[in-house]
Amino acid sequence: MASAARNSTKTKPSGRPSDQLTDAQLLKMYKTMVLSRKLDERSWVMNRQGRAPFHISGIGHEAIQVAAAETLRPGYDWFYPYYRDLAFVLAMGMKPVDHMLGLLGKAGDPSSGGIQMPSHFSNAKLRIGSISSPVATQVPIAAGTALASKLKGVDEVTVVCLGEGSTSQGDFHEGLNWAGVHKLPFICIVQNNQYAISVPVEKEMAVKNVADRAAAYGIKGVVVDGNDVLVCYDVMVEAVERARRGEGATLVEAKTYRVTPHSSDDDDRTYRSREEVEYWKQRDPILLFENVLFERGILTEDLKREIEDWAIAEVDKAEEEAVNAPYPDVSEMYEHLYGPAPNWEE
Amino acid sequence: MAIMNNIEALRETLRQEMERDPRIIIMGEDVGPRGGVFRATQGLYQQFGENRVIDTPLAELSIVATGIGLALTGYFKPIVEIQFADFIFPAFNQILSEAARMRYRTRSDWTVPLIIRAPYGGGISGGLYHSQSVEAFFAHIPGLYVVAPSTPYDIKGMLRAALQLEDPVLFFEHKKTYRLIKGEAPEEDYIVPMGKAAIRREGDDLTVISYGLAMHDSVKAADMLAAEGVGVEVIDLRTLRPLDKETILASVKKTGKVLIVHEDNPTVSVGSEVAALIGQEAFEYLDGPITRLTPPDVPAVPFSHPLQDAFMLNPEKIAKAMRELAAY
Ligand SMILES: Cc1ncc(C[n+]2csc(CCOP(=O)(O)OP(=O)(O)O)c2C)c(N)n1
Ligand SMILES: [Mg+2]
Repeated sequence: MASAARNSTKTKPSGRPSDQLTDAQLLKMYKTMVLSRKLDERSWVMNRQGRAPFHISGIGHEAIQVAAAETLRPGYDWFYPYYRDLAFVLAMGMKPVDHMLGLLGKAGDPSSGGIQMPSHFSNAKLRIGSISSPVATQVPIAAGTALASKLKGVDEVTVVCLGEGSTSQGDFHEGLNWAGVHKLPFICIVQNNQYAISVPVEKEMAVKNVADRAAAYGIKGVVVDGNDVLVCYDVMVEAVERARRGEGATLVEAKTYRVTPHSSDDDDRTYRSREEVEYWKQRDPILLFENVLFERGILTEDLKREIEDWAIAEVDKAEEEAVNAPYPDVSEMYEHLYGPAPNWEE
Repeated sequence: MAIMNNIEALRETLRQEMERDPRIIIMGEDVGPRGGVFRATQGLYQQFGENRVIDTPLAELSIVATGIGLALTGYFKPIVEIQFADFIFPAFNQILSEAARMRYRTRSDWTVPLIIRAPYGGGISGGLYHSQSVEAFFAHIPGLYVVAPSTPYDIKGMLRAALQLEDPVLFFEHKKTYRLIKGEAPEEDYIVPMGKAAIRREGDDLTVISYGLAMHDSVKAADMLAAEGVGVEVIDLRTLRPLDKETILASVKKTGKVLIVHEDNPTVSVGSEVAALIGQEAFEYLDGPITRLTPPDVPAVPFSHPLQDAFMLNPEKIAKAMRELAAY
């Protein structure tokens, strides 16, 4: 597992792609992570206050998500997210209010108009594919989209995310098999937070790393410290470049941790120790990134506070707008079953 | 007008439409150089090349899923073949949870213009797993079109109709009709609209509602009954979702007697739905019990010949059921 980020000022001459990131880019990435975190925390609060029926969190996963997004071309590349990808979709161009509208099931929810549960992201303009609830179905669909780009002869890349527990599904296997057979411009990011709800990773698989399975599909596999935004960026740059050059697919396994319960309906005290959670809170991806930014003199205490205030103000605005937004009319339930039938005459 | 069989109609339409629309691609097991195990895609690989006629891994889930992923881009209009309908079930979740729901769950932001072709049906010594009728599982799902055309004319016209839709279509082809059923199929462009049944034979005494191979057997049975002085009207549903309620109800109101005939299991089937529709909307026109004739409610068609024969419908069995109902 690579984790040189905290020394990255020293490793600058090594020519890592992340060395090319400008201060402005680094700050933008940091701001997105903070914004996602504040939005996520507010969602928890609203749930606990009884104002939001359900929340599923991305807290702890922000580094790999924001790093990956930084390597993509939003609206050009295709992205199939999963439910923890709040930071990812924000980095791709969705707005805090988009999440809030979904959280409250409001008509303006751009993902589904309040039809789906929260965090089932979709945005056709940004080429963010719609996800359902059954896990891993998006993987072979994403392979099909990557095949479309390849057959069309365009250099779009398709990225798909899922959790490590979901890699037990056949959909994952079949999708990666296609990616290998057709050498697709395809990147599968497994966000390995070490649990599938309560089931620890050793009960999901006998291999040490999900990425070890890449060999079985004839694609590249990489394990990366998913809490270290800069090494995530390095790995993703390489994967995206390979895909764009037509050199095939990559399975990226980002080792991370979910510091919150699985969802607002879960109690993680029933299956893991507080010490374990505490340990990972010390490895919080935002904390680790701040250390780098402080070390490089990009971030100061004042700027940090300013960014946090900005993020909270953004979340306040998003919440207010969503709270005041209308619910879908009941007639909406009967809409969008089929497209308009062509005007046929036999 | 050209006379051809069902498989020829299918193949010709695929070729014509692929010539017309470069977005159409075909994917499935053995559809490439081999031309499909039933020869539905014969010659297409040679004509259109490996980028438009794609031999897939032996994996139905991802044949459908990659079809969805291709369709979502709008770059392509995939037609995927499931080699036998019996093997569609690994893809069931992709069809139900993804293809059928994509439009609904994104308020039409994303749509899945995907055609899934699948040969179904028995009478060909296919045993339990090469003979099944699976249409009821899919007819249950809002968001899908489910069709079962069984004449060359309808196969051509309905495949063209399916290609004009922006929604997923389950295109079921009774495999025994592939070479058995011949008919006229014009060269020129025409459409057989979705959701429109056909009246195959007119009659005043009794309505038979059917589709697929059983529909052809029903027409033969109706000919026998005509010789006995009983006028049987035979409706070919063609589209199983959405049902053509108008045609069904108009015929029932005329004859007052209904026999529903299909090869699929009776319990929770297309026939159940048609019976419920008639019971609710034409009750006062009925002069006899809504009657169903199907194979027995056993898992599927057994292999051994006497058992297969006992399972399958035929004109004699259907004629017997017609006589009984006519005499009611
Ligand atoms: C096919 C399916 N089975 C069960 C579930 C219920 N479920 C939702 S998330 C989840 C665990 C997923 O774990 P993992 O893939 O590791 O992702 P994580 O939530 O840890 O990010 C389960 C069992 C589901 N959504 N889909
Ligand atoms: Mg997990």
